[in-house]
Amino acid sequence: MSETANTANTASTANEAAAEPAEVQAPGRDASGEPGSWGARLRDAAVERWRPIALAALLLAACYAPFQLVPFRVFQLTMVLVYAVALLGLNLLVGHAGQISLGHGAFFAVGAYAAALMLDRWDVPYLLTLPVAAAVAFVLGLGLGVPAVRLHGLYLALVTLSIAVFLVPLLKRFESVTGGSMGLTLTKPAPPAWTGLAEDQWLYFLALAVAVAAFLLARNLLRSRVGRALHAVRDNEAAAEVMGVRLPFYKTLAFAWSAMFAGAAGCVYTWVIGFVSPDSFPVTLSITLLAGIVVGGLGSLSGPLLGGLFVMFVPSWSQDINKAAPGVIFGLLIIAVMYVAPTGLAGLAGRAAGRIRRTLRRE
Amino acid sequence: MGASTIRRTAAVAAVLLAATACGGRGDDGGGTAASGACKGQQTTGITDKSIKLGGIYPLSGPASAYGDIPKGIKAYFDYVNAEQNGIGGRKVEFLVRDDGYQPPKAVEEARRLVEQEQVFALFQTLGTPSTAATWDYTNQRKVPQVFVATGASLWGTDTRHPWTIGWQPNYVSEARVYARYLKTDRPAAKVAVLYQNDDFGKDLLGGFKKAIAGSGVKVVAEQSYEVSDPSIDPQMRNLAGSKADVFLNVTTPKFGSQALAADARNTDWNPLHIVNNVAASRTVLQPVGFKNVQGVVSATYYKDPTDPQWNDDAEMRLYRAKMKQYAPGADPNIPYHAFGWAVASSFHKAMQAAKCPTREGLRDSVRNLNNVQVDMLLPGVTLQTGPDDGFPIESMQLMRFKGERWELFGNVIDTRKEFGPLTD
Amino acid sequence: MAGFAQQVVEGMGAGAIYAGLALALVLIHRFTGIVNFAQGELAMFSTYVAWQFMDAGLPFWAALAITLTVSFTGGMLIERVVIRPVEGAPELTMVIVTVGLFIFVNAAAGWIWSFLIKDFPNPFPDGALRAGGVAVGYPTLGILAVVGLVMGLLYLLFRHTGIGLGMRAVAADPDSARLVGIRVGRTLALGWGLAATVGAVSGVLVAPLLFLEPNMMGGVLIYAFAAATLGGFDSPAGAVVGGLVVGVAETLAGAYVDVVGSDLKIGVPLVIILVVLLLRPQGLFGRATVERA
Repeated sequence: MSETANTANTASTANEAAAEPAEVQAPGRDASGEPGSWGARLRDAAVERWRPIALAALLLAACYAPFQLVPFRVFQLTMVLVYAVALLGLNLLVGHAGQISLGHGAFFAVGAYAAALMLDRWDVPYLLTLPVAAAVAFVLGLGLGVPAVRLHGLYLALVTLSIAVFLVPLLKRFESVTGGSMGLTLTKPAPPAWTGLAEDQWLYFLALAVAVAAFLLARNLLRSRVGRALHAVRDNEAAAEVMGVRLPFYKTLAFAWSAMFAGAAGCVYTWVIGFVSPDSFPVTLSITLLAGIVVGGLGSLSGPLLGGLFVMFVPSWSQDINKAAPGVIFGLLIIAVMYVAPTGLAGLAGRAAGRIRRTLRRE
Repeated sequence: MGASTIRRTAAVAAVLLAATACGGRGDDGGGTAASGACKGQQTTGITDKSIKLGGIYPLSGPASAYGDIPKGIKAYFDYVNAEQNGIGGRKVEFLVRDDGYQPPKAVEEARRLVEQEQVFALFQTLGTPSTAATWDYTNQRKVPQVFVATGASLWGTDTRHPWTIGWQPNYVSEARVYARYLKTDRPAAKVAVLYQNDDFGKDLLGGFKKAIAGSGVKVVAEQSYEVSDPSIDPQMRNLAGSKADVFLNVTTPKFGSQALAADARNTDWNPLHIVNNVAASRTVLQPVGFKNVQGVVSATYYKDPTDPQWNDDAEMRLYRAKMKQYAPGADPNIPYHAFGWAVASSFHKAMQAAKCPTREGLRDSVRNLNNVQVDMLLPGVTLQTGPDDGFPIESMQLMRFKGERWELFGNVIDTRKEFGPLTD
Repeated sequence: MAGFAQQVVEGMGAGAIYAGLALALVLIHRFTGIVNFAQGELAMFSTYVAWQFMDAGLPFWAALAITLTVSFTGGMLIERVVIRPVEGAPELTMVIVTVGLFIFVNAAAGWIWSFLIKDFPNPFPDGALRAGGVAVGYPTLGILAVVGLVMGLLYLLFRHTGIGLGMRAVAADPDSARLVGIRVGRTLALGWGLAATVGAVSGVLVAPLLFLEPNMMGGVLIYAFAAATLGGFDSPAGAVVGGLVVGVAETLAGAYVDVVGSDLKIGVPLVIILVVLLLRPQGLFGRATVERA
């Protein structure tokens, strides 16, 4: 039925090599043959021991990095984490629920502005802004999720795209609240004295904590009833409905969850950058986010992280080639990924790791 | 797998955090300090032989037409390095990074330049959003952010960011020039305004309204547009309906062309057309057709390379020769290159005047410019700053388009003298 | 009253621009069943091709003829190279691929021709037709006429040719169409080629008014989407009527509704898209899917 979705599933099995928590097994996947085989079973067994070790190594590296890198690199990694959280939300929607959003930058902006307003107007302690910003985005996502239920595929893309376009003048219009086009400048969260950390390190650990929490939340969400329902909807909407999945409910929920992650990312963005303006959230941000998750890997948990790395570093590298090169490379990669590797970098990494392990096993 | 993994992971994370949290990294800055008379001042990025500067411009994306500015700057520094042994014996290294006109990207690039490249100063960030996003950072790190390429009045009126300073006339000053012109030439003018709905448009419109307050000049219609609008024709239609006799065109290049063309097409409405400096470049007027923009008025402060009256001007000849030599691919007729040349030579003068070759020295020097003459600026336009004046250039001269080029008319208008200092 | 009538005329002028691109969107949707997010950028690229030929000294009409040919070939080529590998994939994949194409074409145009604006000659005379205090510019009339002509041609194509029938079958169900002997691949390629050609016409029409630069069609795209949605994404007449309605609604809202004003009129297409999709997803002129395959 849905080709991308199926390939995504197949590859997400291979993916487990990339030190990822297990994906939910969507019904009907075993029919593809490979996962049930002897080799795969052995591999799964290896994966069981492999995963926590790799995860711990990754986390160790993540905690160690800010003490080794210059603040600028730490800042870059912080932004990678911010984008990863936003992409995690987009991944829920696009990769798991099979709906598309070309306007996720809008939810990101809502979270960022919600946090900025709380910090600017009411001096809310910054840690409190996170749940509120996430909640605001969640509610907004819920509100927009209601019409989204009735729109499929391209129409949803159209609506979300126009929302992202509309947001910029809207933010400028309510100047007394949003600071208009000059934006709002905010004080960044200061590291508590007991930590002995520099500001960039503190912000990094904040972002890391939010990212880890978001990943755990997303994983648990996907392993729950909701996740199974979403996969069923993605793989075969009609069949899912026949099987008793309440479509409108789950689709709306997917939209809201997805918005919530983007909103949380926006909040951390405000902490890290300390400045919001309408021009910070143009339509290109939404499109960049979509590019990030597609290239990173739809439907896998490592996809958002790889997508965050992609969004952060590829434009910097490619600007040395030509000033228009980032766009050309983004565009080409999106097409190429859909064409040769619908599971993106995550899928490729998974496949590569799988091959290495199989080779090792044979020797 | 499952809950146990999470518990294990969480435990590992907790231990790691506890272990690493004690290892705070102190103030690493990596900077160096001066000795002698300038003792204790920062000398990061500057030696006796070199000085490292970084600039952030939109080289990609919709605003990338401004990406020509650093080409003029680079040509100037290459020339100074090769033929004048740099600035006071220091060869200038100018690094250019692209932010695509996106504030978060500007922050990233600013940090790259300051922390990784260890530049002496940020020499120009372009655009109000990008500058506003980075100036807290530069001031916290005490890195000079000099001659930013945006005319927002905030850079001069703000007192909490001593390390950041503008260069070009701010939008309010420019508005004052038009206001004074109308007050004397057309004391009963009815003005229709088209403005971009952002800081630039609002600053200029607000400054204009303030400057005409109490006079016979009135704003009778105003329309805004968004940069995402495909066309400003509907706005132009509404403005034409006002029957105003002056049209103030506060737009960026593409929309400037559209507005000029729309005005030319509408034969029923023939107001005096004033186009703001941002959209007064030849690259804006040419697509409209020179025959359609005759008599349009604007204001400027630096020499237009296409104006034949500067053909024998020493600085202009130097500029053309050195552009040819050091930036062979770039067209010297593009005014953005001349802008870059002018701002680079302003930096040259400011750096030379600095008492200490330090970041503090540069900060103090750019805030203590006393009638400094820069040859690429119009005669009579000088750099002037002081403790209460954070705006290097506040004088402009009016110009009118005639034939295939701008012609200056009237005297240089010093808005400081005419309107008093700009404080908010 | 004349003021109001003039506003309506202005709106129709803007609407004609949206209608031109909406026609290309409808065309490709009829042929292939997808919505092409890159359609505006392809039109912009075609316009640059025309500009390039004129810059090399060719007269307008010769450059236009070459451009239409190049666009047709280019559209077919894109179908072969970019779209064919993901043919039959779900809508999600198609949307993402066309978004990728959007980013690529936009940046490529910037790479080749820079972001400085270029002027583009207007094939229609300056000046305006006047009647009862209302002035209609000849360029606007010209665009309306060309858009009407293209609409008529598409109507003939859809209704009275074998291609039209095959195309409808392919869009409805490619597999069944293939079974009954329709050359699906060729039909899809033809759809892309024709859509690119119509897009090129719309780009050439609007370039004299909007000025040519890589983001020229970006602002038009949302309005064209609203127009096509309103018209039902299936009907050329619907696209044109939709375009005019969107243009007039946007202009009037900007001029007379204070809450909207000229800064928020971009909200008009958003509202139109939302309302149409929720209340009447098939649009004003759409029919229930053709049960032909």
